[in-house]
Amino acid sequence: MRYMPHTAEERQAMLQKIGVSSIDDLFVDIPEDARLTGLLDLPKHAPEMDVDAKMLAYGAQNLSPSSAPSFLGAGAYRHHVPSVVDHLIQRSEFLTAYTPYQPEISQGTLQALFEFQTQVALITGMDVANASMYDGATACAEAVLMACRATRRKKAILSCNLHPHYREVTDTTVQFTDFSVESLPPSIDGVEDLTADLGKDIACVVVQNPDFFGRLQDLSDLADKCHEVGALLVVVVTEVVSLGAVRSPGDMGADIVVGEGQSIGVPLSYGGPYVGLFATRQKYVRQMPGRLCGETTDQDGTRGFVLTLSTREQHIRREKATSNICTNAGLCSLAFSIHMSLLGEVGFAKLAKLNHSEAAAAADKISAIDGVDVLNETFFNEFTVKLPVPAQDAVEKLAAKGILGGVPVSRLLPNADGFENLLLITVTETNTDDDVDQLVAALKEIANA
Amino acid sequence: MSTKYTKDHEWVTVEGDVATVGISVYAQEQLGDVVFVEVPDMGRELEKGDELAVVESVKAASEVYAPVKGEVVAVNEDLEDKPSLVNEDAQGAGWFAKIKIEDTSDLEDMMDEAAYKEYTEGLS
Amino acid sequence: MLNVGRPSRPGAVTQGHDLESTYTGNKALNLETPLIFEQGVKGRVGVDMRDPKEVKSRLGGLERNEEVGLPDLSEPQVVRHYVRLSRQNYSIDAGFYPLGSCTMKHNPRINEKAARMKGLGDIHPMQPVSTVQGALALIDDLAHWLKTITGMSAVAMSPAAGAHGELCGIMAIRAAHDAKGEQRTRILVPESAHGTNPATAALCGYKVESVPARADGRMDLDAFEAKLGPDVAGVMLTNPNTCGLFENDVKKIADLIHSVGGYFYCDGANLNAILGRTRPGDLGVDAMHINLHKTFSTPHGGGGPGSGPVVLSDALAPYAPVPFVVEEGGNYSLQEQVEEGAAKSFGRMKTFHGQMGMFIRALAYMLSHGSDGLRQIAEDAVLNANYIRVGLDDLLNSPFEGVCMHEALFDDSTLKDTGVTTLDIAKAMIDEGYHPMTMYFPLVVHGAMLIEPTESETKETLDLFIGSMRHLIEKAQTSNDPEFFVQAPKFAPRKRLDETAAARSPILRWTAPE
Repeated sequence: MRYMPHTAEERQAMLQKIGVSSIDDLFVDIPEDARLTGLLDLPKHAPEMDVDAKMLAYGAQNLSPSSAPSFLGAGAYRHHVPSVVDHLIQRSEFLTAYTPYQPEISQGTLQALFEFQTQVALITGMDVANASMYDGATACAEAVLMACRATRRKKAILSCNLHPHYREVTDTTVQFTDFSVESLPPSIDGVEDLTADLGKDIACVVVQNPDFFGRLQDLSDLADKCHEVGALLVVVVTEVVSLGAVRSPGDMGADIVVGEGQSIGVPLSYGGPYVGLFATRQKYVRQMPGRLCGETTDQDGTRGFVLTLSTREQHIRREKATSNICTNAGLCSLAFSIHMSLLGEVGFAKLAKLNHSEAAAAADKISAIDGVDVLNETFFNEFTVKLPVPAQDAVEKLAAKGILGGVPVSRLLPNADGFENLLLITVTETNTDDDVDQLVAALKEIANA
Repeated sequence: MSTKYTKDHEWVTVEGDVATVGISVYAQEQLGDVVFVEVPDMGRELEKGDELAVVESVKAASEVYAPVKGEVVAVNEDLEDKPSLVNEDAQGAGWFAKIKIEDTSDLEDMMDEAAYKEYTEGLS
Repeated sequence: MLNVGRPSRPGAVTQGHDLESTYTGNKALNLETPLIFEQGVKGRVGVDMRDPKEVKSRLGGLERNEEVGLPDLSEPQVVRHYVRLSRQNYSIDAGFYPLGSCTMKHNPRINEKAARMKGLGDIHPMQPVSTVQGALALIDDLAHWLKTITGMSAVAMSPAAGAHGELCGIMAIRAAHDAKGEQRTRILVPESAHGTNPATAALCGYKVESVPARADGRMDLDAFEAKLGPDVAGVMLTNPNTCGLFENDVKKIADLIHSVGGYFYCDGANLNAILGRTRPGDLGVDAMHINLHKTFSTPHGGGGPGSGPVVLSDALAPYAPVPFVVEEGGNYSLQEQVEEGAAKSFGRMKTFHGQMGMFIRALAYMLSHGSDGLRQIAEDAVLNANYIRVGLDDLLNSPFEGVCMHEALFDDSTLKDTGVTTLDIAKAMIDEGYHPMTMYFPLVVHGAMLIEPTESETKETLDLFIGSMRHLIEKAQTSNDPEFFVQAPKFAPRKRLDETAAARSPILRWTAPE
């Protein structure tokens, strides 16, 4: 076995030193009738070359978005990641380090986290951010729990146009607590009254921008109405590139901003691992879940960084902890941070503008197809299209042509009426004019069939 | 009036019908460097034994319980910027809150200075 | 005579010069780097992209009209910044990292390669299932390995980490009780349990009740039995436990909890020690999370991402969270919605299907090891831990008698009155070129030092480590020089840091100077 160094002689010498005659003597605490005598019914060890081939074979059975025109979004977005990002995160010192519990020999991870927290606070327009969460949906659920704690209230209102999986994760997370969630039904016309039940018993209102259907809205009035009754406004962002072009949630009055950071630096990887973003106002910092990195000095007075405010965490507070979460998405937050550093002010704004312009140009071409309507008046890089046929059938036909043509709304909202023909289409900087032309031609064919 | 103590290491001094509450010198020594104190909201009505405050060090977080029933009539806002007051002057400038006492019998089962000293010596 | 050119031997060392400091603050290969925000210059950029098309804006008047405040740097600057940062980290690739309960083993690079392969690393979670049959097959195959290794009938793949898996397991237990119309209130945990256990139970509406340990470090069976009742929802037990010991009464614990209608949750953080030697399914376990980032070597990445699939017994399988892969005649599909019914899924835990990148790495790791290699992992991990135990137990006190599993636990009793603490020993280990062991955990052992060598290490490494530890402990016990330890680490990129100041007035981000 290439990963284990001991020779038979060494094992024997070590057993002798320990004072036992065989390895079995070290496993005597396992109840006799539960000890395995033979090997598990699994293949034996394999050379690296064979493993390589086997993994390639899995990959070969999938249609790779790298070699097909792809317009998929709905919470995960394909963007170009500069080569530098993957190279740097694979440096041993980042890849194979543990949580930075020994700050003297973990300043690399810690300073990177401090920079990540700053970047997230800046793009969301908030005061502080944590060192990341599992993903966008878990961050959303944690925001609801935090709002309930901070306001000492027990109920949250979720917008009708929140990503359905975010709503499901939030429902799942709070279902056995004292807190409850009111979800408004999904609505394609975007009309909802989030203030109808907004009163002094409401901890927070959760709203997504751009929303699940791609629409943008000014949340300033909603923020004011929340604050009038002492509720918090939680804003969800699933496409973080939009923040390079659109006013930040903080600017609109949000109290907590959560989001999915995958778009910056993190590969699609069939849905994970991703990086949940969590930012809030200074006054709520001690209510914030998750890991935090803070600045301090060492014995010599040199600037350094440590994990801090850990008393909020489960190691110490146990059942009174702010959350049961232990880890962050360390390496993904590093990838995010490196990519954001490469972009900078100029690159981030230009990337956002490029995404928006490609999407707008594509939307114009798609809306020109007979029988196909683009429903959005506003959008960033994702919009909803109404087809004359069920979207589920359409994406299968498109896939047969080698085009990953979008996400049918009904896949995420199977029980909602009137959504069968709706297709979410995302266009990013990775899409060429030729990609769009192929999609338009294929959609024409499907619409006219 | 002299200072009285609870088994949970809160101290209380009474002036008129108002009790000033904090944690003892012994308690702050056990906690180490205090980094944050969550004080109650003004006007909160507390039962005896309710959570009054949370005091945090780098390594530990401890609840502080209301030693008497009553309304919170003052909180030590200085602790927000200077939690170290709890270490420097636990039984003076490091007080947490003042409670308007509803029932003076709440004070009866508390220890005096000597009894508390004996109690803490028995703990180590 | 030719006397030009460079000197070829070092000159004599003269005394009295400042040998500690440099003009730049760098020390040869130890290179400092300012915050990224302190480095940018307007006009630089680290990426190239084509110019946006001229289009009518659809942003609805919500255009950002203020700068974000990000610094502008070129690509080489960014590279240098992160390379310098990386060099301030200790890592398993660079040295011995015996961090107890964290299983810091070698991370094979074939796993990294596989996770980035075309068709695996670049596929989208919402692709039609017809276009991702290979991905679903991979998840299903990994599930098969996990079920076979643990002897359990089902596995929920989506939890993102250990604590998330724990939440998944306890939610399944809660859902199972609810489905039977039973309202139970208590979960029993041993006093040595992880802090996540009570935090998780609280999120599921349960109160935890602590069960004391026996003198041998295992849960006290009589005390456990005395706490049982019809209101007990389950027990959460780490096995091997947080003291590195196998709970030898585990089957009796399972029988007892089942006898009152409760379920047995096992924290699988320490699965590495028992791979191929026993199966949790044979021990009566109903649910157990598996840390793919510990046992199956997906890299820790400086604190994540992890992955925590949960294996489930027949009794709990119907309550598993969505989504899950369904295989029928070689064709794979995804169940993404909760289907109504008496026994139904408790919901969804993650945006998409789970930590696919970690699944790929873990499966590559399992394929590399095979059934024989997995068993060897457990045997070598336990062998190495016991080797360290006997190498140190004349100088340090083992609080519990007998052999250990994959980690050796010591207390600080032999350091008493030396003025040197467990923390001081740990910091001195840094100067010796080690990552310290886990300290002050488990809480039930005073000044605990928990050493987990893993199966990756050579005998030479262990011998040198034992020698270094003996040197430090003997120094602490005999030199009467606690100052030596208090100053450690002396050679790390930073001296000891002021955590009190960090927590009193938290500075959690960079702010532009006024």
